[in-house]
Amino acid sequence: MENLLYSKEHEWIKVEGNTALVGITDHAQKSLGEIVYVELPEIDDEFEAAEAFGVIESVKAASDSYMPVSGKIIEINEDLEDNPTLLNEDPYGTWIIKIELSDKGELDSLLDLSAYNELCEEDN
Amino acid sequence: MELKKTSLNEVHKKLGGKLIDFAGWELPIQFQGIKEEHLAVRERAGLFDVSHMGEITVEGLESLKFVDYLVANDAGTLNDNQVMYTFMCNEKGGVVDDLLVYKYSNEKILLVVNASNIEKDYRWIEEKSHDFDVITKNISEEVSQIAIQGPKAQEILQKITDIDLNEIKFFTFNSEVLLSGVECLVSRTGYTGEDGFEIYLSNNAAVSIVEELLNVGGEDLSPIGLGARDTLRFEAGLPLYGNELREDVTPLESGLGFFVKLEAGDFIGKNILVAQKKEGLKRKTAGFKLIGKGIARGGYKVVAHGKEIGAVTTGYQLPGKKESIGLALMDTEYAKLGTHIQIEIRKKLVDAQIISKKFLDKKYKK
Repeated sequence: MENLLYSKEHEWIKVEGNTALVGITDHAQKSLGEIVYVELPEIDDEFEAAEAFGVIESVKAASDSYMPVSGKIIEINEDLEDNPTLLNEDPYGTWIIKIELSDKGELDSLLDLSAYNELCEEDN
Repeated sequence: MELKKTSLNEVHKKLGGKLIDFAGWELPIQFQGIKEEHLAVRERAGLFDVSHMGEITVEGLESLKFVDYLVANDAGTLNDNQVMYTFMCNEKGGVVDDLLVYKYSNEKILLVVNASNIEKDYRWIEEKSHDFDVITKNISEEVSQIAIQGPKAQEILQKITDIDLNEIKFFTFNSEVLLSGVECLVSRTGYTGEDGFEIYLSNNAAVSIVEELLNVGGEDLSPIGLGARDTLRFEAGLPLYGNELREDVTPLESGLGFFVKLEAGDFIGKNILVAQKKEGLKRKTAGFKLIGKGIARGGYKVVAHGKEIGAVTTGYQLPGKKESIGLALMDTEYAKLGTHIQIEIRKKLVDAQIISKKFLDKKYKK
């Protein structure tokens, strides 16, 4: 996914002007296993970079999801409430939140695809 | 500390198991995925490496008398070649461990205990045995243990033995079964709510028997990891040491009074349990389902009318199910079926309701 940026916590972000879509990577969904529940934030909630915005629960455990950059929630993917396994089936086609960026400069601290792939290899 | 490995470690790797540290052992959490494995056991059959479990033998003239004093169930009623599930309680009635008792004869008994408790249990058993004419031995390191569970378990296991497995009834064993020529102890027991067998054998034979079983089982037999083992046992309403069973909780409070026989002879902790039964339980383990959204995990607070009334011991959204369910140890007055309670999930109170702990109809072949 060349047009995406990645966090070290395995979220992806797709920037469109002042807004961005955020989801989790294929590596993240594989490590979690079958996802059975996604706890989403409220619209207008504001979070700092690296702050937990929601929770993804697999059969065995709950894992926090973190903001790749600071921003305000402007949309949530409500399909995930009824069908959380979308994140397993199509992680890059399934966004979790849409945010309004507070500081575009923060994007510079994220990883590009090759740096992210390296990180995953170290993980393995 | 280096992790201990079972005889089947290399087999797990070859089968693509994702290995983790479990009570000091390197064991697979999953192979294909928890959901697939859970359903494979319910629909066909699954193979489990449970070699990390502990085996302790009690031998000598007073073996039966000693074990009867050690455990809360009535071991005196056991026939030869019969198995019993029960608890070793401490002097306060709390659970030192839950275990299986295999009675060979009045002079020889095998105790099968939880992996994480082997050393503690062996110390406990040794110490309590001093007044009895018995010799206890921890043989855990010498024994491998495999479980085969599911509706097709018998059909598959039958392919590698000449003994008619119908002769091994529910909760009995035969210690001289030849599986592909290897002498094993085979019992019709298990931990999934399905019909199935537990097989005890020497370490050096474990790999060949497992390969043979996978070979004859074909697509009907899947290797199963610890993840699905836990969802299966929970769905079957079976307790787990460290969750529902603890040293500071009695088996009566855990809702497992069936495996405690207060009318039988003396056993460690009996007077406390007798008193508890007479006075009535102040807290007990109940099943619940969430009405609101989320998943209630072990340790989360249970709340009623703004007051903390207990804690979740296990909680899941089970594979293939929409509902989030759990078990909790809570004040008895709120544990009646249908009662509305709340679970605190990440600082939010989520509505829940008490339901029966029998989440699944068990399919034991008796």
